[in-house]
Amino acid sequence: MSKDIIVIEELDKVYDNDFKALSKINLSIRRGEIFALLGANGAGKTTLIGVVCGLVNATSGTVTVGGYDHVKNYRSARSLIGLVPQELYLDPFLNVMETLAIARGFYGKKPDKKLLEQVLRDLSLWEKKDDKVQQLSGGMKRRVLIGKALMNEPEVLFLDEPTAGVDVDLRRGMWELVSKLKERGTTIILTTHYIEEAQDMADRIGVIIDGQISLVEEKETLMKQFGGKNLKIHLAEKLQKLPRWCDEGNLTLSEDGMTLTYTYKASESTGITALLTQLKEEGINMVDLSTEETSLEEIFVNLTHNDS
Amino acid sequence: MNIIGLKTLYLKEMSRTFRVPGQTLLSPVLTTALYFIVFGSAVGTQLGSIDGVSYAQYIVPGLIMMALLTNALSAASSGIYFPKFIGTKYELLSAPLSYLEITLGFALASASRAMIISVIIYLVSLFFTPIPIEHPLLALLFASLTAFAFSLFGLVIGIWADSFEKLSIFPVLIITPLSFLGGIFYSIDILPPLWQKLSLINPIVYMISGLRWSFFGITDINPLISFGMICIFTVACSLVLSWMFRTGYRIKS
Repeated sequence: MSKDIIVIEELDKVYDNDFKALSKINLSIRRGEIFALLGANGAGKTTLIGVVCGLVNATSGTVTVGGYDHVKNYRSARSLIGLVPQELYLDPFLNVMETLAIARGFYGKKPDKKLLEQVLRDLSLWEKKDDKVQQLSGGMKRRVLIGKALMNEPEVLFLDEPTAGVDVDLRRGMWELVSKLKERGTTIILTTHYIEEAQDMADRIGVIIDGQISLVEEKETLMKQFGGKNLKIHLAEKLQKLPRWCDEGNLTLSEDGMTLTYTYKASESTGITALLTQLKEEGINMVDLSTEETSLEEIFVNLTHNDS
Repeated sequence: MNIIGLKTLYLKEMSRTFRVPGQTLLSPVLTTALYFIVFGSAVGTQLGSIDGVSYAQYIVPGLIMMALLTNALSAASSGIYFPKFIGTKYELLSAPLSYLEITLGFALASASRAMIISVIIYLVSLFFTPIPIEHPLLALLFASLTAFAFSLFGLVIGIWADSFEKLSIFPVLIITPLSFLGGIFYSIDILPPLWQKLSLINPIVYMISGLRWSFFGITDINPLISFGMICIFTVACSLVLSWMFRTGYRIKS
């Protein structure tokens, strides 16, 4: 069995208005991983998901899901996929249980009451199972969408902005569910505006800019390669200005003169020992030290700005 | 073939019919019954028979056919337009359903709905006049094939339409006038020669004529020609639908 469950090669999408949404996309998604696809609005995330799931016709290129071509063997390919779209696309006149049961039926699978109950309970929808979808709150509707996507027991789950507009509790609940699915071996591909979620959950990160994949990397490697660390030195007495010997690029003084911030790369020789020794020799006393890591969000912003 | 998927879509669409029976079943029956009361029972009693059939009986196949094709068309067009409008088309397009299965799911459900309405209309008309059916199986064939053909036509319209206004243009501006001019209330033989020839361009003429022949054994047009025209219409709609699905016209981006 191949380690890659999705393989995208040389994928292009040009819309009728000549807008090039995707350009020469080459991307492999590993079996069982959580892959976060990051990109600004209009970068091509939803188009890419749409092509893989059969909602958008590609202009050229190939996509295989579980080894099946998504056009020639679309039945086998789509049988492996569950999709949670970005918008709350639900039939308002059906109740929750009907909505989920129909979703399973479309996949050619016989009704499974046990699975239906389990999905409804996992998503805290059991009490609402007989309610019409139109009576539900936005957060509840989002859960119903996730429930629909789980009804065909997918091997690959696409989550397109799944936590957009949902409250903190629900968001936390969703990520617990995602963790459970990963434990069961489900591959998860997510796009999210909450980059801290990608930072917490993802195994690998992909960045898409103007329809092109500009980076795919293990999260840990990405954080090391592009991320930095800040050492905060809290001073005992106020410092009027930085000592002359300081490298001003790496060391900054806070406005109140009470904190020095030293920026360094975790992967390189840090220079912390030399800095602290020098401070001691200068008679600059410290009361506390702390370190903090550059967030994925800062890395993402730097990447997208550098690219543009 | 994804039989369970096809059955799920069929049952989902049928449940739409029974969810609002007043709108989907009662309304067309009431409308047709009013036509029957006014033109069949009231005006019809003042008119003579046509080819040995009383006027009240004569208009029944036409009224059934008008209800059949308008309901098949509107059920199918709204059936496929609604998921486009609310965005739920994604669940059909991302499921392992072929275009043929999607087409059959919508078309068979719409045709079933139209057939149910037609049977009810026939039963209602029995309260007003006895209506024997000379060729019941052929009547069923003509009716079901027409219902299916107009369901396919409805799907074409539903996919083409990008607004509710466009969705209603065909039934209101084209189907209803063509039905009225298609010989519901008269035999095209009584028209002047030019209008007779022009009437033959109207596909609904053949459908009404075919059903009327299977009811009473009388017709303006050879029933085989009527049958052939319905088949041609079905094939034409199927080809257009096939092109629409293959290219993703107004369904996929």
